[in-house]
Amino acid sequence: MTRPIIQLQDVQKYFGDYHALRGINAEIAEGEFFSLLGPSGCGKTTLLRVIAGFEDVSAGRVLIDGKPMEGVPANRRPTNMVFQSYAIFPHLSVAGNVGFGLRRAGLTADEMGRRVDEALEMVGLAGFGRRAAHALSGGQRQRVALARALILKPRVLLLDEPLSALDKKLREQMQVELIKLQRQVGITFILVTHDQEEALVMSDRIAVMFDGEIAQMDDPEILYRRPKSRRVADFIGVMNFLPAEVLSETGDRIEIEVAGLGRAEISADQAPRGGGGQAPSVGFRPETLTILYEGQQANHREARAVVEEVVYYGDMTYYDVRLQGTEKPVRLSMRNVFGREVLPIGTETRIAWSPGALVLFR
Amino acid sequence: MKGGWLKIYALAYLLFLYAPIALLPVFAFNDGTIIAFPLRGFTLEWFAELGRIEALHGAVLNSLVIAVSTAVLATVLGICAARSAARYDYPGKRGVMGFIMLPLVLPEIIVAVSLLVVLLQLGLSLGAWSVILGHVLICTPFSIAILNSAFQNLDRSLEEAAVDLGETPWSTFRLITLPLVMPGIISSLLISFTISLDEFIIAFFLTGAEPTLPVYLWGQLRFPQKIPVVMALGTILVALSILLLTTAEYFRRRGVARAGGKDTGGFL
Repeated sequence: MTRPIIQLQDVQKYFGDYHALRGINAEIAEGEFFSLLGPSGCGKTTLLRVIAGFEDVSAGRVLIDGKPMEGVPANRRPTNMVFQSYAIFPHLSVAGNVGFGLRRAGLTADEMGRRVDEALEMVGLAGFGRRAAHALSGGQRQRVALARALILKPRVLLLDEPLSALDKKLREQMQVELIKLQRQVGITFILVTHDQEEALVMSDRIAVMFDGEIAQMDDPEILYRRPKSRRVADFIGVMNFLPAEVLSETGDRIEIEVAGLGRAEISADQAPRGGGGQAPSVGFRPETLTILYEGQQANHREARAVVEEVVYYGDMTYYDVRLQGTEKPVRLSMRNVFGREVLPIGTETRIAWSPGALVLFR
Repeated sequence: MKGGWLKIYALAYLLFLYAPIALLPVFAFNDGTIIAFPLRGFTLEWFAELGRIEALHGAVLNSLVIAVSTAVLATVLGICAARSAARYDYPGKRGVMGFIMLPLVLPEIIVAVSLLVVLLQLGLSLGAWSVILGHVLICTPFSIAILNSAFQNLDRSLEEAAVDLGETPWSTFRLITLPLVMPGIISSLLISFTISLDEFIIAFFLTGAEPTLPVYLWGQLRFPQKIPVVMALGTILVALSILLLTTAEYFRRRGVARAGGKDTGGFL
């Protein structure tokens, strides 16, 4: 990892009796796209506001670029923020908003105008400078907020659920634009979101937060494939769970018996530590199961199941199938291929699965 | 027909409410000293007469000084109170705000008498300042009520955004908060001014040797020949009040619209 731009050292935050942040430790690298992901009330926004300087820490330290931020107010931190409501100043023009942060830079009017135009062009709003801010659409307001925050060339850009107010199409479009923008400016982005898909799409690294703690901090692929707890697994994408039993453990190999699937041998890195004494279970993603049509052979292992529910999505079909000898159905997803029928409810079928796709929680 | 009776009731109500006021300009322009129909003819004599009464000019000046001072003081206090109500939480906040708003419903005569007793006990002499004191007391709740909605409608992240972009808390207040609540401030100034200008009871009790306009008016009613002049003066006051209150409401609504909030009340 390159030099950390932000270091969080055992950050604690109390609001009265409420313990909002319970010892956050993290290092965020220069130029990284980092996401804080979690359900509402998990402390992710509080953590962002602590970094921005809107909230004091109750204990612990925040360092930005190696400097302790204790006693440094928000207006003197090298961070800028895009607010959830965008916080566009309604009494100023677009240019007045974007150039607001330059007021204290002592620039000439020409220089300031040039910087504002540059910033507007960067977010695709060239020529919008003279418009009134309150007459903009949601997507445009968001771009103005971005330009306003980026014009000061901060070391870190903080984004508080910036896309949650946009409709789905626009949101997906802005996700791609934000990634491009981040690569272009090379500034560290810290994104707060409750949308796991958004976090997976955009981030270099994600910290999943529950109850004021970071439950797991990894890159999106590891987070998705190797969640460290059932809770993380449940929060990110769809995860099936089946009861399991550990038969033997020798060195790096663990032999387990999974309800409905049978015996399997998995490696130790598929069995994260720290489940907290719950009954062992095995988790796997819907796309790791495949329905075997007549004449097809499984690459790894096979199981028998009955189709209980079919959800057709056009490009995909989701099946809820009940494996032999289990009580609850599991979900599997199949890419729809031309010429292959969607199975009706009640079909008995063979399922292919792979021990390598399992995660053991215990 | 039910709807018909309701219409008649509404009409009668409005008539009862406004007909007496409508009579003011009618007799103000009537060429006769007796307030009675039939009307005699059109004249501007009574308005011209207003320009010749010295004591009246003194009362007008006195009233203006008091109304302007009251408006400024009540609005400054209102800004502080509304800001604290919108931003901060402290123990007993609801109680404190309740007591501040109480003069809104307190009988004015009680306020006037008790203030008079206290001031006399303290051995202070009455004057314009004591009227201002009483008027600030009754105007501040109105000012708070108007400014409250202005401050509540203000998105807190607007101020945070300004601080985030490098401004100090004070410059943020000046550059962001103040312009956005300015319509509310103007509205509060105008309403306080109007209330103070029209107020009689407190002014009657607390005024010293120099009466305010309403107190002067009341004194003139003892002389029947002066009544048409009083009518003319009343006409001007009514017109002025309507103008000021309409302007105030215009600014209040514009402020709500500008802050992007929903209109949640007001006095008009």
